[in-house]
Amino acid sequence: MVPPHHRMTSSSSLKNNYDAIVIGSGLGGLTCAKRLADAGHQVLLLEQHFQLGGLATWFKRGNHIFDVSLHGFPYGMVKTCRKYWGRTIQNSIVQLKNIVFDNPQFSLTTTFSKDDFIRLLQERFGVSEAVVREFFTTIEGMNFYDDQRLRTRDLFARFFPGRSDIHRLLLEPISYANGSTLDEPAITYGIVFSNFMNRGVFTFEGGTDRLIALMEHELRQQGVDIRTSTRVKRIVLEKGQAKGVEVSGTHSGFIPARAVISNAGIVNTVDNLVGQAAFTPDFRDRFAGVRINNSSCQVYFGIRKGESIPDIGDLLFTSTEKEFTSEALRDMRTKSRTFSIYYPKIRPQAPPDYTIVASMNANYDDWAGLDSQEYAEEKEQMVERCLCDLERYLPGVRSKIDVIESATPRTFKRYTLHRKGSSFGTKFEGLDISRSLHKEAPGVFHVGSVGIIMSGWLGAINYGVIVANDVDGWLREESAV
Amino acid sequence: MNRNEIRDVLLEIIADIDEEADFAALDDHKPLRDQLDLDSMDFLDIVMELRKRYKLQIPEDEYPELATLSSCVNYLEPKLRHI
Repeated sequence: MVPPHHRMTSSSSLKNNYDAIVIGSGLGGLTCAKRLADAGHQVLLLEQHFQLGGLATWFKRGNHIFDVSLHGFPYGMVKTCRKYWGRTIQNSIVQLKNIVFDNPQFSLTTTFSKDDFIRLLQERFGVSEAVVREFFTTIEGMNFYDDQRLRTRDLFARFFPGRSDIHRLLLEPISYANGSTLDEPAITYGIVFSNFMNRGVFTFEGGTDRLIALMEHELRQQGVDIRTSTRVKRIVLEKGQAKGVEVSGTHSGFIPARAVISNAGIVNTVDNLVGQAAFTPDFRDRFAGVRINNSSCQVYFGIRKGESIPDIGDLLFTSTEKEFTSEALRDMRTKSRTFSIYYPKIRPQAPPDYTIVASMNANYDDWAGLDSQEYAEEKEQMVERCLCDLERYLPGVRSKIDVIESATPRTFKRYTLHRKGSSFGTKFEGLDISRSLHKEAPGVFHVGSVGIIMSGWLGAINYGVIVANDVDGWLREESAV
Repeated sequence: MNRNEIRDVLLEIIADIDEEADFAALDDHKPLRDQLDLDSMDFLDIVMELRKRYKLQIPEDEYPELATLSSCVNYLEPKLRHI
């Protein structure tokens, strides 16, 4: 049974004391709350938005449901969801078989799996089998403790020197998945790309709304208290140690807890929720070096009910740019975008609905300074560019569209509160800050997109588990004292 | 708990994590990771389950002690002797 989609803040009162308060209900926050409840702790989950999910979100416009970040995730989600969320969620994970690349350098359809890439790299790109296999062996063997000075650029140059077409095939999809560039540590590329190559790209049947509703149901079953539309003003410390949170809104006041886990962005967590004064100079120096990842733009198209579109693939990586560069990908007027095509199969229980989401990487600063008229014009032009590109794959689609909506880095900032509307957390160095927060302020933890590898749906859920283990260790150690 | 009991507990925990695990051919002296489909997340699950059951804290730098079944038992034996 699927629980109702919109369960608003329950009126039951809060407990006097919690073992743990989780601030934010992105996939990392939700999973951390679930794991802590499974381990027997009393947990309160607070979310500033009226809807759970963080960037794993959706919205309704004119009889359509638009998925913001569902796109496609690696096969590892099957095991992760079985272990940490249960069978119902696991069993709804299905493969997306047609991943399309179309750009001036190559056009192809793939399952985006290792077997298919081994074939493609030989047949379409003329690389020898030995080199292809050696490349896969190298990236699969990469782990967190390897040399972090090797860049993705160096990795590609070693195996595929001068082959900008292959570099594009390998990096463009990962840039859309986590904002990474050729200058990131190669291990971040190796870890994320290997995850996808495992068996291809998967999605959640029933859509984001059903996934989050099922997760909420699981949390309530485990006794987690949940409050939406509740914004935390600050994390309260006493003698440098977590004591609880101060909230605004309907439940304003102080809520005590032995541990506080922030699923807010890491920068907001340190600067706003805790405050830099609580940290050592060394930590503050390292924190000052954290680079925020880029933001996104999206355009959403709904196909009029009763109309349909042919199957042109599930996820299209399209570009009319001659060659791939990270700068061009993020440009305000980029010629590169993905189209996530949602056919009725994504929500088999619902009346047939076709929606298309165009996604682009974007720089917050390009959009932040525009006045309202410039902003409206730029958005309109962006919609038109997406429509023109879409018509190359679906001729005449314009006349079938009844709903168009768009989002920019400003939209992402408004809904997530992330600094500069970041869609993918921080670059690599943010992971160390996130991991060492509780060493500076005992009882304060962070979970959320950081370090590129702890990003995306799978990364966020797994990071929720990793942090829950830290929190559980802290809570049990503290109660033993 | 004696060594055999500790071994049984470990297999029980692993069976919960990896349902398809085949213990029949398991070599206690070879890395678990190479013989079963276990990744670093699975080892974290083992650590968290041991903490839940026995209030046992295993610091991150001692995770390598869990590499093989026999190294696990060696590591846990003194810690679980009185349970």
